[in-house]
Amino acid sequence: MTEPLRWAGYHWQRLTGGANRDNHERPYSYSSLLACRGKSSQTPTLAGKHRVVVPHLQPFKDEYEKFSGTYVNNRIRTTKYTLLNFVPRNLFEQFHRVANLYFLFLVVLNWVPLVEAFQKEITMLPLVAVLTIIAIKDGLEDYRKYKLDKQINNLVTKVYSRKEKKYVDRCWKDVTVGDFIRLSCNEVIPADMVLLFSTDPDGICHIETSGLDGESNLKQRQVVRGYTEQDSEVDPEKFSSRIECESPNNDLNRFRGFLEHSNKERVGLSKENLLLRGCTIRNTEAVMGIVVYAGHETKAMLNNSGPRYKRSNLERRANTDVLCCVLLLVIMCLTGALGHGIWLSRYENIPFFNIPEPDGHVISPVLGGFYMFWTMIILLQVLIPISLYVSIEIVKLGQIYFIQSDVDFYNEKMDSTVQCRALNITEDLGQIQYLFSDKTGTLTENKMVFRRCSVAGFDYCHEENAKRLESYQEAASEDEDSPDTPSGSLSNMAKPRAPSCRMVRSGPLGSISSNHLTGSCFALGSGEGASEVPHSRQAAFSSPMETDVVPDTRLLDKFSQITPQLFTPLDETIPDPLLETLYIIDFFIALAICNTVVVSAPNQPRQKIGLSSLHGMPIKSLEEIKSLFQRLSVRRSSSPSLASGKEPSSGVPNAFVSRLSLFSRMKPASPVEEEMSQTSKSPQGSGNSACPIETEKQDGNVGVTNGKVESLPGQPLASSLCYEAESPDEAALVYAARAYQCTLQSRTPEQVMVDFAALGPLTFQLLHILPFDSVRKRMSVVVRHPISNQVVVYTKGADSVIMELLSVASPDGPGLEKQQTMLREKTQQHLDAYTKRGLRTLCVAKRVMSDTEYAEWLRNHFLAETSIDNREELLLESAMRLENKLTLLGATGIEDRLQEGVPESIEALHKAGIKIWMLTGDKQETAVNIAYACKLLEPDDKLFILNTESKDACEMLMDTILKELQKKNPASPEQASSEALHQPPAPPDSGLRAGLIINGRTLEFALQESLQRQFLELAARCHAVVCCRATPLQKSEVVKLVRSHLRVMTLAIGDGANDVSMIQVADVGIGISGQEGMQAYVNLLFWYQFFCGFSGTSMTDYWVLIFFNLLFTSAPPVIYGVLEKDVSAETLMRLPELYRNGQKSEAYLPLTFWITLLDAFYQSLVCFFVPYYTYQGSDIDIFTFGNPLNTAALFIILLHLVIESKSLTWIHMLVIVGSILFYFFFALVFGAMCVTCNPPSNPYWIMQEHMLDPVFYLVCVLTTCVALLPRFIYRVLQGSLFPSPILRAKHFDRLPAEERTEALKKWKEAGKMDQLTSKYSDHSAVKSERIPISDPSAVFAVMSATSCAVEQGNLSVCETALDSDYSENKASGMAGPSKD
Amino acid sequence: MAMNYNAKDEVDGGPPCAPGGTAKNRRPDNTAFKQQRLPAWQPILTAGTVLPTFFIIGLIFIPIGIGIFVTSNNIREIEGNVFMYYGLSNFYQNHRRYVKSRDDSQLNGDPSALLNPSKECEPYRRNEDKPIAPCGAIANSMFNDTLDLFLVGNESDPTPIPLKKKGIAWWTDKNVKFRNPPGADIPLEERFKGTTKPVNWVKPVYMLDPDEDNSGFINEDFIVWMRTAALPTFRKLYRLIERKNDLHPTLPAGRYYLNITYNYPVHSFDGRKRMILSTISWMGGKNPFLGIAYIAIGSISFLLGVVLLVINHKYRNSSNTADITI
Repeated sequence: MTEPLRWAGYHWQRLTGGANRDNHERPYSYSSLLACRGKSSQTPTLAGKHRVVVPHLQPFKDEYEKFSGTYVNNRIRTTKYTLLNFVPRNLFEQFHRVANLYFLFLVVLNWVPLVEAFQKEITMLPLVAVLTIIAIKDGLEDYRKYKLDKQINNLVTKVYSRKEKKYVDRCWKDVTVGDFIRLSCNEVIPADMVLLFSTDPDGICHIETSGLDGESNLKQRQVVRGYTEQDSEVDPEKFSSRIECESPNNDLNRFRGFLEHSNKERVGLSKENLLLRGCTIRNTEAVMGIVVYAGHETKAMLNNSGPRYKRSNLERRANTDVLCCVLLLVIMCLTGALGHGIWLSRYENIPFFNIPEPDGHVISPVLGGFYMFWTMIILLQVLIPISLYVSIEIVKLGQIYFIQSDVDFYNEKMDSTVQCRALNITEDLGQIQYLFSDKTGTLTENKMVFRRCSVAGFDYCHEENAKRLESYQEAASEDEDSPDTPSGSLSNMAKPRAPSCRMVRSGPLGSISSNHLTGSCFALGSGEGASEVPHSRQAAFSSPMETDVVPDTRLLDKFSQITPQLFTPLDETIPDPLLETLYIIDFFIALAICNTVVVSAPNQPRQKIGLSSLHGMPIKSLEEIKSLFQRLSVRRSSSPSLASGKEPSSGVPNAFVSRLSLFSRMKPASPVEEEMSQTSKSPQGSGNSACPIETEKQDGNVGVTNGKVESLPGQPLASSLCYEAESPDEAALVYAARAYQCTLQSRTPEQVMVDFAALGPLTFQLLHILPFDSVRKRMSVVVRHPISNQVVVYTKGADSVIMELLSVASPDGPGLEKQQTMLREKTQQHLDAYTKRGLRTLCVAKRVMSDTEYAEWLRNHFLAETSIDNREELLLESAMRLENKLTLLGATGIEDRLQEGVPESIEALHKAGIKIWMLTGDKQETAVNIAYACKLLEPDDKLFILNTESKDACEMLMDTILKELQKKNPASPEQASSEALHQPPAPPDSGLRAGLIINGRTLEFALQESLQRQFLELAARCHAVVCCRATPLQKSEVVKLVRSHLRVMTLAIGDGANDVSMIQVADVGIGISGQEGMQAYVNLLFWYQFFCGFSGTSMTDYWVLIFFNLLFTSAPPVIYGVLEKDVSAETLMRLPELYRNGQKSEAYLPLTFWITLLDAFYQSLVCFFVPYYTYQGSDIDIFTFGNPLNTAALFIILLHLVIESKSLTWIHMLVIVGSILFYFFFALVFGAMCVTCNPPSNPYWIMQEHMLDPVFYLVCVLTTCVALLPRFIYRVLQGSLFPSPILRAKHFDRLPAEERTEALKKWKEAGKMDQLTSKYSDHSAVKSERIPISDPSAVFAVMSATSCAVEQGNLSVCETALDSDYSENKASGMAGPSKD
Repeated sequence: MAMNYNAKDEVDGGPPCAPGGTAKNRRPDNTAFKQQRLPAWQPILTAGTVLPTFFIIGLIFIPIGIGIFVTSNNIREIEGNVFMYYGLSNFYQNHRRYVKSRDDSQLNGDPSALLNPSKECEPYRRNEDKPIAPCGAIANSMFNDTLDLFLVGNESDPTPIPLKKKGIAWWTDKNVKFRNPPGADIPLEERFKGTTKPVNWVKPVYMLDPDEDNSGFINEDFIVWMRTAALPTFRKLYRLIERKNDLHPTLPAGRYYLNITYNYPVHSFDGRKRMILSTISWMGGKNPFLGIAYIAIGSISFLLGVVLLVINHKYRNSSNTADITI
């Protein structure tokens, strides 16, 4: 059912969107598709569940039309309007606003003759003006989107054209399902496609998904089984298979389907075969694929929840206030109706002034009262200021202008500034209470730096390395006056400004590589700096900071003991030091090979350095030939089944195998028989091993004597190696290993080559890789050790997991067992220490298996792999069987470097009363570590971890935690009530800070309807929440949930404390209070009713009324709203606490509203009755009487603004004076021109008369003074007796710079702030808060932190779209790789 | 555009530095306006800062008030030109439908409007199939009592006081806004041909005054009436008693006699009629309110100034300065 609808919608878009396709080039123009619609109308039934993709080429024309023709093409359209539907649709949307409907109602009402108060036509003007302004604004906004869409749609990609028998350039928008697309390295994928070919010999393609999920590490994708082995590129002409897959959905992590060859053979497809739109091809020369989902059906676009009307908090409140106004209006109108009824009944004998109806009879008082009600509604309609919404919109535009042109948000490196995408919510920036932050790229740089390691129970703290990192920091921070860092964790904060480049430096001690290489690598690595694609290149290469690990001298010393002889006495008891050395060797080998790192050279980044390159090398000398031979012999001896191992990759795909979906990047399982034969050959292999060991030994000696590893000539220089890792910490470990001369040289699915300093090049036959998964939290490689020729399992993983898997009873005897226990304890101590420092810890362990053991395991594993039902569990079990009885080798500590200034920023945000949620796709341990490192969690925080497998368990756990929290925090028992939910408690003041950790799986339960409430209640009690392993959709759901249920301002993706916005919070409030001046003005009309028999007379000309509403009194508030600034940015940056003021939106509290209303009431009384008593009993006429009222009202409104505003510039003055002058000018001109116009009111010559009358001035001055006196007094008293924090902060601005610093310091020390806040706000929660920054200079760090989030380039578009969907931002950012 | 994009993305991926080399620079201008650093006056309203304001207001307002008050009270003495008003109370000339019930175009002498008055005039638009001139309820209800003032010098022969009919309306009203139908040489009656008098009127509009310059729509009594009063109790200028050039007061002390030709019923709305004689000062008629108000506000302001002075002295140490110096 949805399919035809979608099609219809799409078709409508096509018709209205004015597409400019070139029909001739296409064999299947759209019209032909349309023509075939009729006969293929039965396909949707099939397409409802699945989609069938047939190549979009001639031989399959019929089939294509039948199946794939109905799918949308790759054109995207994110705009709301088209030229045709703009007017109706925009009007439709605008009338969603209650206010607009109300005004429409009034306009209509005015057309009823009985109640008509003004001229019919004039009444429409304000509404028309408002609608027009908003429509223009919406139109421009949409046009911007349209341009962006167009840009994306017109991106060029290579699509196979049958006509020209080659790939031709074609726009993205013209790509359709079934097209063959060829992409080169660094190109963005235009549509979701199934990978059919990759230049990579192993059929692997690397993609960067940062645009999609924000994770900047590379992901691997696999060519569809069966195509991997083809040497040449798949020829689209010969592609005769068809693909059947599931209907478009938004699950980024799922893709199911199969590819059916013409011989009905089916090959399974999984997400490993799918290239997603918006991702970038990396490190793969070229790929080819067939499009399966295009345009809006791609997963990326489906993750984009689409444009949603974002209503700002302020507008919501304005709406409530408007409702209050309506209530007030009704009361006033009822008064009028009643009064008129009474008045009418009083004059039963018709006097002159009570005019009968045109038909001669007189209406009854009741009916008259009823009519009067409606007349009054029209008359007093101005009470609901129609221009309020316009003003708010314009104010927001102005604020955006200033935010965008704020030089603090400018990133020099990227030459970009902040871009605000949603207009509606700028002012909410000042009211944020919850901040949702991604980890990767927002909090951290996602640059992993190897910091420490512990091997065989010895901690190597790598002080040199730490110093090196310090130096990076200093070098980067030279330009800023960031001083000595106050806290320990700050020292970890390095500045990553150095050009990004994951360069392998030639020497082990980080000697400098040749300039040429640096240059070329720089060009690639730093490409992101200038690139339009924000995240593009960053992930591909690491900075030297990550790559240059300085070895620990103690550990290096121990390396000298490494000799190949170590491996000979295999079965004798080894003395301890030797054993330690063995551990060290194993440890570093594990670091180097236990990963899925891909090796490539930076100058040819698209080619992996495989063994193939070896063959092509020109052999230069005899020695080279010798070494080559040695290496080849090593290979042969250590991999006896070389031929058989090759088989699966070269032979015809085994149907059995091909049906299996790939685990991850796993070596395709060999059939058992082969493995068996392999093991049976092994004795022979080990017999041979003596010889290669000999040669290795020689080699090793050479290496040691030379002091450094001069790479074998046949090999590419070590300096030219770049490592690509799925996760950056893997790369960090490889770099660490390289620093100890254990260099990963190459990796193919069959073998790994490591250049080990003392042992020479080692080639490990790769038997198996058990990839990382979140359940096991570890990964393993199974290799055959080239020296010992044993099957060795190297495992690295989370410490908690590995520790449990260690062998309890060592087979090597009680001595070893005891030693292992010791080692474990020591390592655990080290691990704890690492964790405290915020390092990501990993344990490295190994296990030696006998060949029979391995064969046994392999058989089982193969069974698991081939089973169809519950394969996942079986594979897990199989992995468990392999990864046990491990021997602990050591542990590593890696630092995921935080972005510059992040801890300070977070601290400042906490102080500003903002709760921070970290939503990350990362694994739990990482997320928690980062949370600690960035001070999101403090070490003494109580941590609650929600990690359950079922909904019930989740519910129970949450219950328990809640109870515990209630026990701990008895001070706030009422928090459980619903009010507490709506007004979330400030950070608990009892001192107990709680953090909540929840993983994606549990989150899914928690987000279910029934548990939402409980989850929120729990979350509201925790000052920090970390959601790990969350999908983008989940992230968006969390944001939505919190926003809608806690009714608070939320900001997704941290862009730091927002000083600009904060300055501007109060202003919209002021703008509104200016509008409330209108109410005073309206009340004048109301008071007049008491003196005109409640007949609905207006003493003001309606034109003046309109101008009052639209011009005189809306321009100044707008200017105020845009330019208002209560405290200087510098002071604000130093006192993040001030932010709380805006957060509680004090400037626009309901109380404020009522006070303002009361004030308006008073002002209107004064404004009416002073002229009234002045002119009482005189011969003044209606409109002459109205003139001083209007004039005084204008002065009151404007001066009211002056009193309320916090700073006045010449622009303010200009606008105020301009307003007044314009008013008089208008009144004079109108009064002179309008002789008979605009009946019944007649302003003719009234202003002129008044301008000559001193009484007029006297009345105006008196009225203005009396009306403003109370507010003025109130402000004065407030200023002197109980100044608000903001006001106090303003005092600082007045002081000279030194004094100000001094004063600020003292303020903080005194902590008086808190007391004051609690005194004047109902939140006393702030009290206990300590303000740790005592050094004023630390504040600069905060300041730089604010801008850094933007600067770091990960947020090229500062996501000011705060309460917009998390994923929406992501997706839109993705959809538009170019910003401008 | 697409090519541009690609080119930029793929080719121009070189080092981003080359400062100054790139022509396009998105760096926002570092101007005071854009960076919101315009020199601003930041008023901080504290007792100390606003003290002078209050005293100044007090010092200005009180003398003004006294001046106004004195002026207003001096009006009593009938010297100079004396203005003769008639007053009506409880007469809602400001009723919405009443106010609307007129046709300004007709009153402006528009011939087409004369014969086809605006619908707003209903039900006083036509009478016996003839358009009413002037149409509408306001004109229909025009005050038509006649007031004559006599000085009773000796019992038998009271001397009538000369009352000036002209000059009581706004000059602009008389000369611009109100005009008789066109035709300068044609008698006024001809110009109003085809119209009928308002229902309540005794005479048609062109016979309001024998002086053609004060008859028809430009009759000043009519113009004054048509300027509808703002409040239900009002007065309207009726006549002017001009001061003679000798030293005698305009209306010397003595007994006066007011002759009223009663035409205008006010019982139906509990109305009352008055006759007011008043001179006019620079600030209009006699009204003590403004003067008193100025004096009162000036005094309050002065008082507040004193209170603030106290506050300023008392709180300076504990609040303002405390913030800054702690």
